[in-house]
Amino acid sequence: MLTANTTQTIATDRGGDNFVFTDYEREQIEHAIHHYAEPRAATIDALKIVQSQRRWVPDGAIFAIADILGIGAGDVEGVATFYNRIYRQPVGRNVIAVCDSIGCFLMGFDELYGSLQTKLGIKPGQTTPDDKFTLLPIVCLGACDKAPVLMVNDATHFNVTPDNVDSVLEQYK
Amino acid sequence: MTSNVNLGLTNVGPETHPLTWRYTKSGKAVLDIKEYEALEGYAALKKAVAMPQADVQAEVKAANLRGRGGAGFPTGIKWSLIPMGPDAGQKYLVCNADEMEPGTFKDRMLMEELPHQLVEAMILAAYAIGATKGYIFLRGEYILAGQRLTAAIDQAKAAGYIGDNLLGTDFSFELHVHLGAGRYICGEETALINCLEGRRANPRTKPPFPQQAGAWGKPTIVNNVETLMNIPAILLRGPDWFKGLSQGKSPDAGTKMYGISGRAKITGLWELPIGTTGRELLYTHGGGMADGYELMCWLPGGASTDFLMPEHLDLAMDYDTIMKAGSRMGTALIMVVDDKQNIISAVRNLEQFFARESCGWCTPCRDGLPWTVKILESIEAGEGQEGDISTLQQLTRFLGPGKTFCAHAPGAMEPLQSALKFFPAEFTKGIKAKA
Repeated sequence: MLTANTTQTIATDRGGDNFVFTDYEREQIEHAIHHYAEPRAATIDALKIVQSQRRWVPDGAIFAIADILGIGAGDVEGVATFYNRIYRQPVGRNVIAVCDSIGCFLMGFDELYGSLQTKLGIKPGQTTPDDKFTLLPIVCLGACDKAPVLMVNDATHFNVTPDNVDSVLEQYK
Repeated sequence: MTSNVNLGLTNVGPETHPLTWRYTKSGKAVLDIKEYEALEGYAALKKAVAMPQADVQAEVKAANLRGRGGAGFPTGIKWSLIPMGPDAGQKYLVCNADEMEPGTFKDRMLMEELPHQLVEAMILAAYAIGATKGYIFLRGEYILAGQRLTAAIDQAKAAGYIGDNLLGTDFSFELHVHLGAGRYICGEETALINCLEGRRANPRTKPPFPQQAGAWGKPTIVNNVETLMNIPAILLRGPDWFKGLSQGKSPDAGTKMYGISGRAKITGLWELPIGTTGRELLYTHGGGMADGYELMCWLPGGASTDFLMPEHLDLAMDYDTIMKAGSRMGTALIMVVDDKQNIISAVRNLEQFFARESCGWCTPCRDGLPWTVKILESIEAGEGQEGDISTLQQLTRFLGPGKTFCAHAPGAMEPLQSALKFFPAEFTKGIKAKA
């Protein structure tokens, strides 16, 4: 099912950064392919695997994933740009995702979001100059009884307010 | 940190709380397969695989289990539409665990605390419909649920509940956790299938329905987490017992995960007979509104349901009763909006959510939702133009049922149309007087 050309260096006109999978990435993607009836279904897995290693998905990875799955690069890019949690731009070492849906909105989202922007000195979508934090909004995190809620990387933090948000941020380097 | 679950409920047991009793009894997550087995775990599966598939389906149909994802479609009828018999070929069972309806946090708790109950339910349901492959389509942000489900699947494999010729039958089943990457539209079952196939999560045309042509063109059943997790108990105790769980509060069967968020004294989740009133939920279980706040209005079951008013609190929270009141029960986790909240701002927030999460596939939704947001923003700022309110009313029709490709935009219009109905003066206040 797999196409050839999975080990060659990606030509510079296809992303410009000579992207090559690490052995780990290739192994993980090949493992994910076996879960599905068609390799294409592993597109999101592949994007997430690359992102877990590099924080974001560089252009070259789009072509490399297309090759390993045997589909068009446009299809991979279509998927990469569709989903909220795939980053096609570099992000900081830690991504803060603040729930801005109605449950958190009713419980003080505006104040929390505003205070984070002041403390970090960035707007949503930006990264701090020291590369430490990227600030993004996110859809309801499914913990509305403990609103306001935010995620930093894979950890969810509950009942976060401008008063206690420092103790959350201090946990990250 | 877990939600408050069943706070204040007494005598929680398998006879009365089929969804949560195992958790409430021990007060902690049931993660080990031995512990789960000691609490009637996998007993329903063993019973079911000794029965003909048709009989298992008949039990679920007779129990009148309705889909707990929000639409309330009868599960038994959904299942009966899937082809059976030796020539049916490859079939799939997909669990919709892409919980992302704002205000909803029930599936997270169920999966984090009782992963084996979902795994058992999946195997059982797959057996009933003859699906040899299953996927739990889990939202990517539910990291803990993903870890616990994966561990439960591994344990179930080692115990012989998953795999080839499981439990000595001629039935084989493979189960995977598929992590999404975050888009509300993935909750729509045909969009979910596109996402599972590694495509953009645009909804598909219906018909064909997934039961005929779903994942990779094969017959597919998509069921919600809570729906599935009722099924083992139905098999163990029978449809009549399940129907009796609503205690005459509703013609619907079973219990329901109800919940409260917003400025109530106590927020959390309760497993209660289906048809419990909003008043019992908010005042008996939630302790009423937080000090200093009054109830202005409430969303009965998520962002895509119409607002209801305090006078609707005495209605039975079941599918048909809430529908007759002009809303939908949805996921049945109520969100209370307090009297200090500007309703226009709340509606603007809701519509921003829907505008951002629109997949962009069809024009009314892609263009109509940002337009709605723009108008609401200007009304919120007191800069509304004459005619804005009638434009909003028009939009609720142009983006309503039957005008768009899927239910996303009609869902978005539900809180808007009900806010226009209940709070007309708040909208008028935001219209700028002519100079």
